[in-house]
Amino acid sequence: MSKRNDRSRELKEFMQEPDDGLIICRCEEVTKGEIRKAVHEGMFTLTEIRRFLRSGMGLCQGQTCGNLVKRIVAKELGVSPLELEPAPSRAPMRPIEMKVLGNERREE
Amino acid sequence: MSKCADIIIIGGGIIGNATAYYLAKKGCSVIVLEKSDHMGNGGSSRNGGGVRQSGRDKRELPLAMYGIKHLWPHLSEELGMDVEYYQHGNLRLGKTEDHLNILRKLADNASSLGLDVQMVDGKEAKSICPYLSDEVVGASWCKTDGHANPMLATLAYYRSARALGVRFITGEEVVSIRKIKGKARQVITSEGSYEAETIILSAGYDSRKLAATVGIDIPVNQALLEVLVTEAQPPMFYQMLGTAMADFYGHQSTHGSFVFGGASGYEGVNKDDGTPVTSSLTASCICRGIMKYFPCLSEAKIVRTWAGWIDACADHVPVISRVEEVPGLILGCGFSGHGFGIAPTAGTLLSQIAVGEDPVLDVSAFRYDRFKAKI
Repeated sequence: MSKRNDRSRELKEFMQEPDDGLIICRCEEVTKGEIRKAVHEGMFTLTEIRRFLRSGMGLCQGQTCGNLVKRIVAKELGVSPLELEPAPSRAPMRPIEMKVLGNERREE
Repeated sequence: MSKCADIIIIGGGIIGNATAYYLAKKGCSVIVLEKSDHMGNGGSSRNGGGVRQSGRDKRELPLAMYGIKHLWPHLSEELGMDVEYYQHGNLRLGKTEDHLNILRKLADNASSLGLDVQMVDGKEAKSICPYLSDEVVGASWCKTDGHANPMLATLAYYRSARALGVRFITGEEVVSIRKIKGKARQVITSEGSYEAETIILSAGYDSRKLAATVGIDIPVNQALLEVLVTEAQPPMFYQMLGTAMADFYGHQSTHGSFVFGGASGYEGVNKDDGTPVTSSLTASCICRGIMKYFPCLSEAKIVRTWAGWIDACADHVPVISRVEEVPGLILGCGFSGHGFGIAPTAGTLLSQIAVGEDPVLDVSAFRYDRFKAKI
């Protein structure tokens, strides 16, 4: 559901934190600091974070880091993680070779 | 916060964001209203990323050429982040004599418009892109074409415009435009209203119903396209690719993944649950198309597929125009699935029109009232 979201609202000042170098998305090697900074640059939804940083776009499709990213973004925005919609899941559920995916047509 | 501005832009896709950015640089106060929860959630972040001149309508070609000459080369620098722009050329591939005839026609057409597009034989095509199948017998080659990352370019414009003070509001659905004293002035949303001297409508397909609220009809249809992406591959080639039969189009990204768009022919009847939905037929079909031209990619794994809608204008060329019957309203829509590559130019033009400057290119071919009946 769409919720009115003013992108100019004031967030707490961005301060570096000691564990900003921690890798959160292991597939795409995105750090906590990068995620926090992206929020302060205007990426207020998990979908925008994913498109901006590639977190959750790797082989596991965010199945490992999805909740961690959500928690970090929620904290930066000062909202409950429950308020953030997860980024959409996309087919296929597991990575699949082109020759396998393309092999479904029966010979005529 | 004020709900008034010099300019209100309806639609936060790449057209709206680029326009907002160029207007903010001119010192205007701007509000951007976006229906979706996410910036650039429509075609702007779902397209194949082509920054092409070849294959364009002759009316649109000057916009593409201007952008590739003046805007794309330094866009990453201007927006302070890498938008992954590559200018490594566009190969349109053919495997049969029929294909080559189609390609020759396209190449001749482009050459007559002053664009350098050549026909190359299979061997030359392989020297440009060594990964091609031996079955490729020829291609058209436009060496000044390229591609960029649509998600990053869209968000980069948003990020820079926001930093310049543009006010963006997502989840704010515009329901109508209202005239005051004969002039477009108020933008009514489901929860309130905003006011501006000038209103720019760049809401993709939704532009049609919003323009209708002030009595203007733009002849566009909504059409669906699908895209897939592979896992990262070692760096192979950075040409933009297409085929004579339009089996697929795409490129390798900075990340290493290949992004390919295509169609199964059933796009018109995909399920519609309010968001663009992929069909189980299409990704498989695109894979078969790709493997015919790039057998070396048959082991590459597909990690994601998605669909997006385009706003297909009746003549497949956008509307970039003031509206005579509705002073204060400017249209920037109907980009018909090839708006990404010309978005920096379109944003520049719309910003110039909005502040009353002479646009840097002639926009008379993009008028909203150009559609004439055949008799």
